[in-house]
Amino acid sequence: MNGARMSTLASLRGSIARIEAPMDAGLDAGLSNRIALGHPSADAMLRGGLAPATLHEVFADGHQAGAATGFITGLAGRLSPRKPLVWVRQDFSDVENGTLSMSGLCELGLDPRLLVTVRAADVDAALRTAADALACDALGAVVIEIWGNVRQLDLVASRKLTLAAQASGVSALLLRIAATPIPSTAETRWIVRAAHSPPGSTASAWGAPRFDAELVRNRHGPVGRWIMEWKCDECQFSEPPAYPQPLAATPAHRPHQAPARAVRLAS
Amino acid sequence: MAKDHNAILLHSIDEAAVHAGLSIGLPLANARAICPELTVYDADPAADSKTLNDIADWCDRFTPLVALDPPYGLFLDITGCAHLFGGERALLQIVTNALRQRGFAVSAAISGTSIAARTLTRCASGMIVADGEEAAAVGPLPVAALGADPAITTGLRRAGLKTIGDVAARAPHEISARFGAAFTTLLGHALGRGDAPISPRKPLPDYIVEKRFPEPVATDTVIMLTLQSLAKMLVAAMDKQGKGARQLEASFFRTDGAVCSIMVETGRPVTQPELIDRLFRERLEALNDPLDPGFGFDLIRLAAGRTEIVVQQQRDLDANVHDNDQLSALIDRIAARIGGKRVVVHLPLESHIPERAALAVPAQHHLAAANAAAWPERVAGEPPLRPLRLFERPEPIKVPFATVPDGPPHQFTWRRALHAVVRIEGPERIAMEWWKREGGSLTRDYFRVEDAEGQRFWIFRDGLYESELKDDDGEPRPANWYVHGLFA
Repeated sequence: MNGARMSTLASLRGSIARIEAPMDAGLDAGLSNRIALGHPSADAMLRGGLAPATLHEVFADGHQAGAATGFITGLAGRLSPRKPLVWVRQDFSDVENGTLSMSGLCELGLDPRLLVTVRAADVDAALRTAADALACDALGAVVIEIWGNVRQLDLVASRKLTLAAQASGVSALLLRIAATPIPSTAETRWIVRAAHSPPGSTASAWGAPRFDAELVRNRHGPVGRWIMEWKCDECQFSEPPAYPQPLAATPAHRPHQAPARAVRLAS
Repeated sequence: MAKDHNAILLHSIDEAAVHAGLSIGLPLANARAICPELTVYDADPAADSKTLNDIADWCDRFTPLVALDPPYGLFLDITGCAHLFGGERALLQIVTNALRQRGFAVSAAISGTSIAARTLTRCASGMIVADGEEAAAVGPLPVAALGADPAITTGLRRAGLKTIGDVAARAPHEISARFGAAFTTLLGHALGRGDAPISPRKPLPDYIVEKRFPEPVATDTVIMLTLQSLAKMLVAAMDKQGKGARQLEASFFRTDGAVCSIMVETGRPVTQPELIDRLFRERLEALNDPLDPGFGFDLIRLAAGRTEIVVQQQRDLDANVHDNDQLSALIDRIAARIGGKRVVVHLPLESHIPERAALAVPAQHHLAAANAAAWPERVAGEPPLRPLRLFERPEPIKVPFATVPDGPPHQFTWRRALHAVVRIEGPERIAMEWWKREGGSLTRDYFRVEDAEGQRFWIFRDGLYESELKDDDGEPRPANWYVHGLFA
């Protein structure tokens, strides 16, 4: 009885290992072609960078749509700098979060000529279109923008996307705005917020786009949270320089009380 | 019956009513007096014209050139088609019998010119007149058969000209002087001298292949197999002339006369039968109301509506060409399923108004143009000056106060959330295109602002303070503020 059970367990373990073997082999091979984001500590955590030909998820709150879009655009720009990009989104996303502006895309250092936008009527159509697009190896990446919590995007759907991405070598990027994370087969999952500009005066120019990116899931490594800056000219992320806080110089002798004369003058 | 100038008149009548002595245009009260057991229905011209269209759809199975002759006529140009149905007489029999079986009163005739044929149908149904014999055939018919204006017909009858032959015997200038040149032309056409062109309902497709079934087919498997073999035949036909299809139409003719047509467009000429087959598969799967075979289809036709010469490209050396082929095939597939307007590429426009700087166009037709488009270069070293997300309609925000009337706000409320502004850049003044004369468009002052959480917005004030923002009394009024986009 016990022996039979043990052998069943062993055979089950064997079959699981066989199922996972090609994936792991692919990943080990994929380590060499991982694409660095440009942010040293994040790249170290990701063992060299983002793996292409898999699914990555970016989550954001409803009011952080701008930052999340910027971040996922950055990921797409890193993953497929020269190849066409298909962006699948729902109709009402244009109204809710605004359309993707081509001049804005140019400003981030990406090429609007490579963008093909698909406006799907509903989630089913969007997922189906995405699966179709992922099967086309002429593409570099497919961005799937789905707003809110949807029933259709379950473990099965994300598994389908992952398999399609692995088969063709096209990266799948899932942008989930105003959604709560649920289990999925994604390689990495990020939660993105906008980060402050470096301190300075109110009227001074702001710098490059900054993201407060939290890696909450990493299938093959630890997680972390970083402030990332997008370098529009180099088309990569970077670690923002540590700005020294502008502090007033501490005087050597500072009396506890100001002289009475000064108070009178001030009043 | 139909209402005409407050009188209820007979609009159309059937054969039994003619025998009872009724005629079209008779007031209903008179008709009831003549024939008390008369059954009347309201006239419905819209339904009549729909029925005529449906019959025309059905007639598409005989020839692609079918023209409407409202209110009750159809022209079929059967040049080169008659032999497929066993000759002209057999074709005429098929058409009239099929329509009679469905309960229509039908009269049909074949002749060398369309007007002569129409004249024959009015009084000599079933006649087939060879080329050049129109005058002899039409001559004995009454003038009413010409279908001219009722005033002209009455005038001719009063002048003692009872048959078309009588009218034709007069000198043409006499007829023209009395009844106008248009009538002379009509008469000439009816007698076979010249012909009025017919205007077919649909443009003639470049290539047509079709398959007829002795037994109607209804199963999906057979339908798809038929489409596959038709696609092969079509491609073989196009291939001989080096053409590829840009627009394809599959028509399914049901045994009960209903016709269902499915159109598929492609971004570049298609030359592979597999591709055609796949596109139709996608389209059929995505139909809202699936193809209903009813009692089965007895004819399936595949037509290439628009074709283009295919430029053969050498593919092995240039990977880029291959990639573009794959991309356009993908776009075709998605477009076939969810519609061509939903797959878009973007072209730059010559406009400094932010929402008009780019145009989304269907990817199927503009992929090459989008690949070659010249977008304005970004200024190196500058942070983004334009937002990544742009609202199609700027969203109004509430700005409680500004330190100076034309200055930037310190806080604003957007979508019921208060944002405190910690960083401001601007203004960037964008004036509307005055040469386009749009009423009510004001100059906008754009500010790039960052709130306490680090989110970056593109907001603008609509109108210049004091010069543009004035109420009816000339007093300055507060400006409206909008958020137009979100920066990354």
